[in-house]
Amino acid sequence: MARRQNSVLPGFGLTLGFSILYLSLLVLIPLSALFFRTASLSLADFLAAVLSPRALAAYKLTFGASLAAAAVNAVFGLILAWVLTRYRFPGRDLVDAFVDLPFALPTAVAGITLTTLLAKNGWLGRILEPLGIQAAYTPLGVAIALTFIGLPFVVRTVQPVLQDLEAEAEEAAASLGAGRLQTFYRVLFPALWPALVTGSALAFARALGEYGSVVFISGNMPLRTEIVPLLIVTKLEQYDYAGATAIATVMLVSSFSLLLAINALQAIGRRRLAGEGAAP
Amino acid sequence: MTIAALEDSQGNAPPSVRAALEDPPLVRAALIVLALGFAALFLLLPLVAVFVEAFSAGLGVYWKAISEPVALQAIKLTLIVASISVPANAVFGVAAAWAIARFEFPGKNLLVTLIDLPFAVSPVISGLIFVLLFGAQGVFGPWLIEHGVKIIFAAPGIVLATMFITFPFVARELIPLMQEQGSEEEEAAISLGASGWQMFRRVTLPNIRLGLLYGVVLLNARAMGEFGAVSVVSGHIRGLTNTIPLHVEILYNEYQSAAAFAAASLLALLALVTLVAKRALEWRIRRETRA
Repeated sequence: MARRQNSVLPGFGLTLGFSILYLSLLVLIPLSALFFRTASLSLADFLAAVLSPRALAAYKLTFGASLAAAAVNAVFGLILAWVLTRYRFPGRDLVDAFVDLPFALPTAVAGITLTTLLAKNGWLGRILEPLGIQAAYTPLGVAIALTFIGLPFVVRTVQPVLQDLEAEAEEAAASLGAGRLQTFYRVLFPALWPALVTGSALAFARALGEYGSVVFISGNMPLRTEIVPLLIVTKLEQYDYAGATAIATVMLVSSFSLLLAINALQAIGRRRLAGEGAAP
Repeated sequence: MTIAALEDSQGNAPPSVRAALEDPPLVRAALIVLALGFAALFLLLPLVAVFVEAFSAGLGVYWKAISEPVALQAIKLTLIVASISVPANAVFGVAAAWAIARFEFPGKNLLVTLIDLPFAVSPVISGLIFVLLFGAQGVFGPWLIEHGVKIIFAAPGIVLATMFITFPFVARELIPLMQEQGSEEEEAAISLGASGWQMFRRVTLPNIRLGLLYGVVLLNARAMGEFGAVSVVSGHIRGLTNTIPLHVEILYNEYQSAAAFAAASLLALLALVTLVAKRALEWRIRRETRA
């Protein structure tokens, strides 16, 4: 049984018991239904569903577009975080508050809005069309929607690290004759990269499962612009439960592995910050 | 060594050091333009577009779109879903945070990881698992049909999927907050003879109220705006199992763009209110922890 460490506080059994019961009923048992259902498939059926050309095309698009979106967010997220923490300019607080918009705006709203903006006669589509760029109903559109969805992750993971970074290390580098660029490479970047990679990985993980913001802009053509979550929904609507479950299991295992990797990265980041704080 | 050692009598650092600490004006300007340009393109433009499109066919169409019976039904269902999933997950969040932040027990880290699990699951899969349990072909499907209980393609399924999606919000705000606050005040209350409930109402709740509210604001925004998970379990029955996001989808797919954006503008408004509330709470929490 659990140790209570001589605590005088009440309610341990009640709150822990309720938490575990609620967690089991709402999360663990439903999730395990997915694995039981998959386990009941024969290996041949599982592989046929998971490795069909349509599924492979969907993985390629989902992983490729998510990676592209994460990369764009790594660059612009870092710049945004830098500008918001280091510079003072009018409207800074407003921009800072608006960074969370993709978290707050329902995905379906983001989806129809981005599609309308990027369609041929939309505000942005009209500019892109003469340049020969078609964004709506192409993989490019998928990547744009995923960039929107992932935008806050990099900014919000890098920002606190930039804020906490001791000015002393930078000052020391500067007074020892390092140039600004050198200071960035040698002092700032080594402290920043765990947060930068963590933020990008979080954006990537979110993008893998994203559905609402993408279905409208992708055009949903099998083999070309069909993302994995949509393929799962399509299979489900055709009552192909086995196929939907098999592909969902592949995605779930990918997401969980990614989550574990992110946790390890965050541990590295914490150790790095703690190590710096302890240095004399 | 700090910069103070190099400062002259006016407290100014030598130009070479300052140059290495500050970005050159040109770099500064370029970075600000890049960052603001990116933010304008990806954040401001979509938000403006929602409202412009919503009113593109005039106020009359807008009003009709948000006051027709199907729209009102979607609003009603959305409010019902939120009014169940928000309190349920808030109570869970407080209970889990109390157990995790106030006591030591084996498996604590595992429990914390498991609580975050729903955030790693695609919304579509979050819907799928409930179809696998309660759908016609699901584990409990035959039993449910026999007893005339409808969960999938009905409101209970929508509530369940939303509860799953929003499960971690309050717990993950409260666990670090309560760990940081420590338990001294609560221990004092108990040793002075307060009952558990008195301690909770007089000490714990006032201490965590801002963090709790913060979690509830985020939880509510997600509960009202969830699309993927709800879409899988709802069956899209017009006037019966549509929430506002699903209503938006149907209108949009029927090429009723202005009406779709009118309904979407309600959700965009919710997003704006959420952002303002979030900011205000962050500000108050920072002020309170400093005091």
